[in-house]
Amino acid sequence: MSLDLMRDVAKPILAGFGITAQRLKKKKVTISYPDERREQYQRTRWRHYLVRYESGLEKCIGCSLCAGACPARCIYVEADENTDQERYSPGERYAKRYEINMLRCIFCGYCQEACPTGAIVLRQNFELANYERKDFIYTKEMLLEKVPGEADECYNRVPTIR
Amino acid sequence: MKDIGQGIEWLSVNQPMTLAAIRVLLMVLPILVIVPGLIWYERRLLSWMQDRVGPNRTGTITLKNGKKIRTFGLLQPIADGVKLFFKEDITPATVDRVLYFISPAIALFPAFAVAGTLPWGPGYGTYGHLTPVWGSEIGVLYMLAISSLGVYGVVLSGYASNNKYSLMGGLRGAAQLISYELAMAMSLASIILVSGSLKLTEVVKAQEGQLWGVVPGIQNWFIFTPFGFLSAVIFLICMVAETNRAPFDLPEAENEIIAGYHTEFSSMKFAVFFMGEYAMMFIFGGIFGVVFLGGYNMLPIQWAELAANAPGYSFLHFMRDLNYWMAPLTFLGKCAAGMTFYIWLRATLPRLRYDQLMALGWKFLLPAAVANFIVSASWIMAQKLWGWQGAVGASIGAVLIAIGLYSAIRKAMNKGTTAMEKRSVELSEGTETIPSIRAVELV
Repeated sequence: MSLDLMRDVAKPILAGFGITAQRLKKKKVTISYPDERREQYQRTRWRHYLVRYESGLEKCIGCSLCAGACPARCIYVEADENTDQERYSPGERYAKRYEINMLRCIFCGYCQEACPTGAIVLRQNFELANYERKDFIYTKEMLLEKVPGEADECYNRVPTIR
Repeated sequence: MKDIGQGIEWLSVNQPMTLAAIRVLLMVLPILVIVPGLIWYERRLLSWMQDRVGPNRTGTITLKNGKKIRTFGLLQPIADGVKLFFKEDITPATVDRVLYFISPAIALFPAFAVAGTLPWGPGYGTYGHLTPVWGSEIGVLYMLAISSLGVYGVVLSGYASNNKYSLMGGLRGAAQLISYELAMAMSLASIILVSGSLKLTEVVKAQEGQLWGVVPGIQNWFIFTPFGFLSAVIFLICMVAETNRAPFDLPEAENEIIAGYHTEFSSMKFAVFFMGEYAMMFIFGGIFGVVFLGGYNMLPIQWAELAANAPGYSFLHFMRDLNYWMAPLTFLGKCAAGMTFYIWLRATLPRLRYDQLMALGWKFLLPAAVANFIVSASWIMAQKLWGWQGAVGASIGAVLIAIGLYSAIRKAMNKGTTAMEKRSVELSEGTETIPSIRAVELV
């Protein structure tokens, strides 16, 4: 039980003070969230988008394979025939209604895997909070990107959905 | 400035009661105003030391033209206070009602009561009429007595809560206070011996003399003297223990006894505990400044004495006047420095175990404070009898005797321990083999 006052008590305490003082000039790890956002990983799966071709036509052909693959059963697709007057997608059919219940979705990405045309994708926009339960049912208008390539842009510029 | 000075002069003659009220308000109001700032300061500094940024958004006002007025989160404690005011005030069914209601107040009042004897400005001129609130002849004793009254708040709230953890927190608070109050009193005793007065204004005045009585132009702040330095270290540790702050926050150890004595308190009662703690910390910083850091003097330089010899109105005169008029700010700065130390300590050291707490208090701080007291007493006596050469000799003699006695006692106490330690060293260094184990292995 020999305790050297300088070596065992004073020096470690003073060294500890030095360590805490040095932290003052270190870069802070905090990200002040609404002003700045943490960079998401490339393949992060958050918000769904229905994407378009370069020509502006929808990729979705209303095949309902996503709805079949969905383990949470949160996707509802209602298909309709394309006509020459009203053409939404290149094929015969298009999705008239496309709804995702975001309260049930588990973000597994199976819909993205199942899609034969790559129409439904999960992107990095993670700001999905809302005030009303009914607002969590995303309709086709909310999911469909306005211009081609919008879903691949930085999620910061994605228009917020209320 | 002159008009204010004359006005105060007039008040002191004609309206002493009004002046007393002004004195009290000048002490109490700044503390009340500063406490929220202290909470903000602690949260910010602590988070900086932990690589965070702390509360930095509250109070940011966005104007119509899009410009933002930032207050760096300074309004956060105000927002917290408003929240606490409107929070539901739960009184558990089985509490001791009277004690439960008055214990937060008991915890709050010592901070203000202690502040009463602290001089925040020089004892002459305008400040002489304004500070201290009560120029007590027994200032240091009063300070010790009142500051230890704060633990009544802790003990009574723990008892009144009718909650085992709270009671444990209260008991811990009491035990801690008893252990550290003694060492604190002994460390201050040597300061009292040297300054020759219990009055805090006199203690400050004693520090305005020449350093060690020989170096001209430098003030004799007690932290610069050998005995004063030791006293300062002991006092610093004791004041942290007295205010129940990390690493001595056993009465409110969150992970051991939930929140200790204030577990059952919510809303404004809890806020009052909080306020009392912070006000006490601030005031203890001030006490440390007054007793060891030359009180309201900005730098340890004797501007007044230097200026007395200098001709005309020179830099020295200017500094003398600056030192006089900046005295309250200097005092506040020293309080803030004490506060910074508290926060830094909280960020650095982990909480002590209960036995470590007791061992530190009784086995180290108290003996060290007593030895310090004896050495400084023998120094003063020998200096009076034989001059400073004799005093040096006597002090060295006293130190030698103390070390000899201490090591003799230690030897007697550690008789068995050293033998065991020696054997463990021998075993670990491999100078001695263990035949018995070898034998077992071979068989």
